[in-house]
Amino acid sequence: MNDLEERTLYMDHAATTFMKPEVLAAMAPYFSEHFGNPSSLYRFAGEPRNGVEAARGQVAAAIGAGPEEIFFTAGGTEADNWAIKGVALANRKHGDHIVTSAIEHHAVLHTCEWLERQGFSVTYLPVDEFGRVDPGDVEEAITDRTILVSAMTANNEIGTIQPVAEIGRVAHDHGVLFHTDAVQAIGAVPIDVDAMNIDLLSLSGHKFYGPKGTGALYIRRGTRVETLIHGGGQERRRRAGTENVPGIVGLGRAIELATADIAGHNRRIASMRDRLVRGILDAIPDSRLNGHPTERLANNANFSFRYVEGESILLLLNARGICASTGSACSSGSLEPSHVLLAIGLPHEEAHGSLRLTLGDANTEDDVDYVLEVLPEVIGRLREISPLTPPSPRVPEAE
Amino acid sequence: MYTEKVIEEFTNPQNVGELADADGVGEAGSPTCGDTMKIYLKVEGDRIADARFRTFGCAAAIASSSVATRMILGMTLAEAWSLSNAEVLDALGGLPEPKVHCSLLAPDAIRVAINDYRVRRGLEPWERKSCSGGGDCGSCPKKG
Ligand SMILES: Cc1ncc(COP(=O)(O)O)c(C=O)c1O
Ligand code: FES
Repeated sequence: MNDLEERTLYMDHAATTFMKPEVLAAMAPYFSEHFGNPSSLYRFAGEPRNGVEAARGQVAAAIGAGPEEIFFTAGGTEADNWAIKGVALANRKHGDHIVTSAIEHHAVLHTCEWLERQGFSVTYLPVDEFGRVDPGDVEEAITDRTILVSAMTANNEIGTIQPVAEIGRVAHDHGVLFHTDAVQAIGAVPIDVDAMNIDLLSLSGHKFYGPKGTGALYIRRGTRVETLIHGGGQERRRRAGTENVPGIVGLGRAIELATADIAGHNRRIASMRDRLVRGILDAIPDSRLNGHPTERLANNANFSFRYVEGESILLLLNARGICASTGSACSSGSLEPSHVLLAIGLPHEEAHGSLRLTLGDANTEDDVDYVLEVLPEVIGRLREISPLTPPSPRVPEAE
Repeated sequence: MYTEKVIEEFTNPQNVGELADADGVGEAGSPTCGDTMKIYLKVEGDRIADARFRTFGCAAAIASSSVATRMILGMTLAEAWSLSNAEVLDALGGLPEPKVHCSLLAPDAIRVAINDYRVRRGLEPWERKSCSGGGDCGSCPKKG
C-alpha cells in the first residue's frame, strides 16, 4: 500500500465543511472562560453578550442587513422552518398560498408539505433543464391569496444559482414576501438583501467552515413572522433558548472569513472545478454534467454516468479514500432518486448514475489529479459489471 | 452500514461476465429502484457447471449477484431453483433493511435462466410464483 491508497480526499463540501482554525480559536474562550449566560445581569455575562452581538454584526455585514434583523437559530433547517411556518402563521388572514420550487431542500419542501396538511396551498414551480426557476412562472403562480415566495439562492445538489433578485422583484411587485434559502450560497454568491429584494434569508454555519448546529434567519425590519420557539426572552423575544454562545461566535467569525473575498475564492475554486469537469467528461464516455453551465456554485460538479449506479460509485471511491455523494435512489433511505435530478428532467437511470463532487478550501490541484486518475477506473470497473453497458463501449481499445 | 463480507464481495466480485455458449440466460429487475441482473448458466447433466453475471445496481445487488453465482455452482437445477434470498442474505452476513430487496434479484434471475434452459430443451418451464424467498410457497421443487 502506498500513501495514495491511504489518503482521505474530501470532496463533499456541500454536505458539510471542516471548521477553520481561526473559527475554532474565536470560539475557544467562550466554552470555559466566558461561559456566562448572556441574559444574566452581572458584569461576568458581558463578554458572552458582546460575543453574541459582535457575531450578529458580522452576519449582518455579510448580507447587507442591520444587526437587529439577524436572529440566531440552531442551523439552516430551523431557519427555513421558521421563515416559512412563521410567515404562513402570521399572515393567515391575508392569504394561504405559498409559491416555491420543485428543487428546494427538504427543509423547505417538507415544511411546505406540512403546511398543506394544515390547510395552506403550495405551488411547486418546475425548473428548466439546468435547474433554473423562471421568474415569469413565479409571476403567473402568484394569486391574491399568495403570502410568500420561497426560492433557494443556490441548489445543494447541482449548484444552480437562481435569479434571486428577479424572483424577489416579482414577489414585491405583488406585495408578497420573499424568502431565500441561502445555505449553500454564503461565501459563494455575494448577497445584498436590499438589492436582491429579500425579506427573509436562511443560512447555516457548517456550510462555510463554521460550526454545525448554528445558523441564522434574516428577517427584514417590520416583517410579520410568528415565533416558533417559545420560552425565555432571547433574540428579542422571537427565538427563545439560551444562546449557543461559542457556536454563534464561530458562525460570526466564519461568515466574516467566507465573505471577505468571494470573487477571489470563487476564481481559485472554479479553476480547479473546471479542470475536474473537463477532465472527467473527456475521460469518461457517456457522461454528462448536471446543472447550469455557468450559473452554478464555483465548487459544484455534478455528473451522471450512464449504465452504473451511484452508491456503487461512492463505495469504490471510498475504497480509494475519496468522499463524494450521489442522488441515486439506491443510496436514499426512501429508494427514490433525487427530486432535484428528476426535476431537471433526468431519466431514472441517469439519476441513478449521478455523482456530486463539491470542492472546498483545502482541496488542491493534486486532489483534482487524483480524482481524474481514480474516477475513470471506478466507472470503467462498474461498467464491466453492468449489463446495460453497450457491447462495444466507446473507449479506446487497449493494445 | 454493510458487513465486511458485503464490501469484500462487492469490491472483488466473482463470476462477472457472460458465457457465449450459455445453456440458459435469465434477466431480472426490481421495480423498487431499477436494478437489473443478467445471469448466464452452463449446465452439464443436471448440474450447473458455470455461471456468470452482470448487474446494474448498488453494492448490495452486486455482492448478492456474486455470492449467489458462487453458491449455485455445482448445484442441481432443482437445488438452484430453490435458492432463496434468505440464503443469499445469510451468505453475506445480512443486509441493511432497505437493501434486503436487492438480494431477491439473483434468485429471481437464476429461476428465469433455469426456465430458459428448460424451454430450450423442450421442457415445461417450472411454475414461478412471486417468491417470498422462504421456499415454502409450494412452487419450489423439493431439494434432492
Ligand atoms: C440548501 C440547504 N438548505 C438547508 C440545509 C439544512 O441546513 P442544516 O444542516 O444547517 O440544518 C442544507 C444543508 O444540508 C442545505 O444544503
Ligand atoms: S440496487 Fe437499488 S438499492 Fe440495491
